[in-house]
Amino acid sequence: MALLEIRGATRRFGNFVAVRDVNLEIEAGEFFTLLGPSGCGKTTLLRLIAGFDTPDEGRILLDGRDITLTPPEKRPVHTVFQSYALFPHMTVADNVAFPLRMARVPRAEIGSRVAQALRDVQLAGMGERLPQELSGGQKQRVAIARALIDRPRVLLLDEPLAALDLKLREQMQLELITLQRLVGITFVYVTHDQGEALALSHRIGVMDAGRIVQLGAPDAIYEFPETRFVADFIGTCNLLEGTVRTLAGTRLTLEVAGLGELAASTRAPAQAGDRGVLAVRPEKVRIAAQIAPTPGEVHLRGVVHDQLYLGDVTVYKVQLADGRLLEALLPNSAAGVVKFFEVGDHVDLAWRAEAALFLHD
Amino acid sequence: MAKRGKAALYAAALAAYAFLYVPLVIVVLFSFSASRLGTQWAGFTLGWYVMLLHDADMLHAAWNSLVIALAASLAAIVFGTLAALATHKYRLRFLPVLVLAPLSTPDILQGVSLLVFFVLLNVSLGLRSIMLAHTSFCIAYVAIVVSSRLAGMDPSLVEAARDLGASPWKGFWLVTLPLLVPGILAGGLLAFTMSIDDFVITFFTAGAGTSTLPLRIYTMIKVAVTPEVNAVSTLLMALTLVLVISISRLAPQALKGMG
Repeated sequence: MALLEIRGATRRFGNFVAVRDVNLEIEAGEFFTLLGPSGCGKTTLLRLIAGFDTPDEGRILLDGRDITLTPPEKRPVHTVFQSYALFPHMTVADNVAFPLRMARVPRAEIGSRVAQALRDVQLAGMGERLPQELSGGQKQRVAIARALIDRPRVLLLDEPLAALDLKLREQMQLELITLQRLVGITFVYVTHDQGEALALSHRIGVMDAGRIVQLGAPDAIYEFPETRFVADFIGTCNLLEGTVRTLAGTRLTLEVAGLGELAASTRAPAQAGDRGVLAVRPEKVRIAAQIAPTPGEVHLRGVVHDQLYLGDVTVYKVQLADGRLLEALLPNSAAGVVKFFEVGDHVDLAWRAEAALFLHD
Repeated sequence: MAKRGKAALYAAALAAYAFLYVPLVIVVLFSFSASRLGTQWAGFTLGWYVMLLHDADMLHAAWNSLVIALAASLAAIVFGTLAALATHKYRLRFLPVLVLAPLSTPDILQGVSLLVFFVLLNVSLGLRSIMLAHTSFCIAYVAIVVSSRLAGMDPSLVEAARDLGASPWKGFWLVTLPLLVPGILAGGLLAFTMSIDDFVITFFTAGAGTSTLPLRIYTMIKVAVTPEVNAVSTLLMALTLVLVISISRLAPQALKGMG
């Protein structure tokens, strides 16, 4: 049985449907991420789990027990807020002790448990400070220590790293992974940052317009997006619109205006005449001055239109004969070579048919 | 050019402050003047203060003012805070208007309507009716200061309290209320100062025989501006100053919130 189960949850605000018939099962010990653009309903769904809000339809179960109408203070679920929500009139130690005081834990025990919790998040000796005296990363750690001290069944995290700068964010990501492994508590993490979702999660639920549109492990979501939205939202993806012409098992050809019939693969049943997109990731596109056409590969010619040097990799935007731009990514891994192509160079592009996914509109 | 502009700016600022404070300084100054006329200097004396101490009517009026201001501001602290919480929680558009209307209603209108109201309900005019009248407008001052503090509060703080195991009631006592205290104190102080120097509403609701400090001063001024008036005004000013300073020590954020 799943630890947390959401059955047909719907939440409306007037005419706006924030969460639309969501079904979800989250296992004990899982690091689960709800990923989606702002306004997709991920925070509303998190608030339904926390108990700050109740669904208009559907049930929420924890350990098989219906908690749909249980008030937040009676749920063994804690939240780390985006703003951290540390109580500004209490010291760090009093903040961390809050859940224990609410649970009427004996005073003598509280002191030692708070000290231990602060040590666990590298804040030993900071107990007497006020939240205003801490840096962003330290506040973050206090919020996490406070939410974990009475060992909830589920920890909800609402974009907890959004307010931190890049370096600190990366460091905190690693700390979160370590911490989750250490405590073994189920994490439900909300973010709009796909890189963060891929790096942290065991499983990701991609949300769009109130629905979970794809559910799976990070690599499955990235490699095999099921919809155009997922392909486009997670990472970057070249998308070519067209119509299915021929089919053979999981292989098909797609008629793309201006480029002719291109080979692709599909993981969903398709029929000749279906409209959709061919999705291919920039890193799957080979780019070279000359590539000999090979069977089983899509082969296109173009001119380098733009290049984005990112240090570890360079992104080349290549203009095809019909004017459209495709992205190809090249790692700058060869020692001594800084630039492979200049803007205006004629190049060949190629990718294997398996690397190009056909996605229905 | 920039230097001259700056000099002009300082001059303008100086003039503005002079306009605000010179009259007050003059009152303080003349309260120590030996002349019988309140507007003439004739050597230093503390005589008017001594006279004040023996003016039974004045002392009685001052005592009334103090009692009224204390009662009204304490009542306003309770009801004004409740009003602010209600308007914040239920987000009804007409409720804040109802609570804050007394701030923009002319005093004379409030005075007359309260008088009619008290007469209709057979409330005898005196200390009690003044307290009720003052409470009615003091609520608005507390409500507006507490409301602004509530609006500036991170809503996830209360949610965090609930999330971490606090009942709604405990969440209120342990998180909301402590964070509102500076606003409540500031609102109470504002209400106190508004009550202690109110004239118009008091005038209508006092009835015969009950006097407050402003009413007493007015009665005296009808005859002449005596140095005794200057002395009592100086004391009133000193009291306000002490209140403002002590509250700014107690809750430095409170006065910032009022600005």
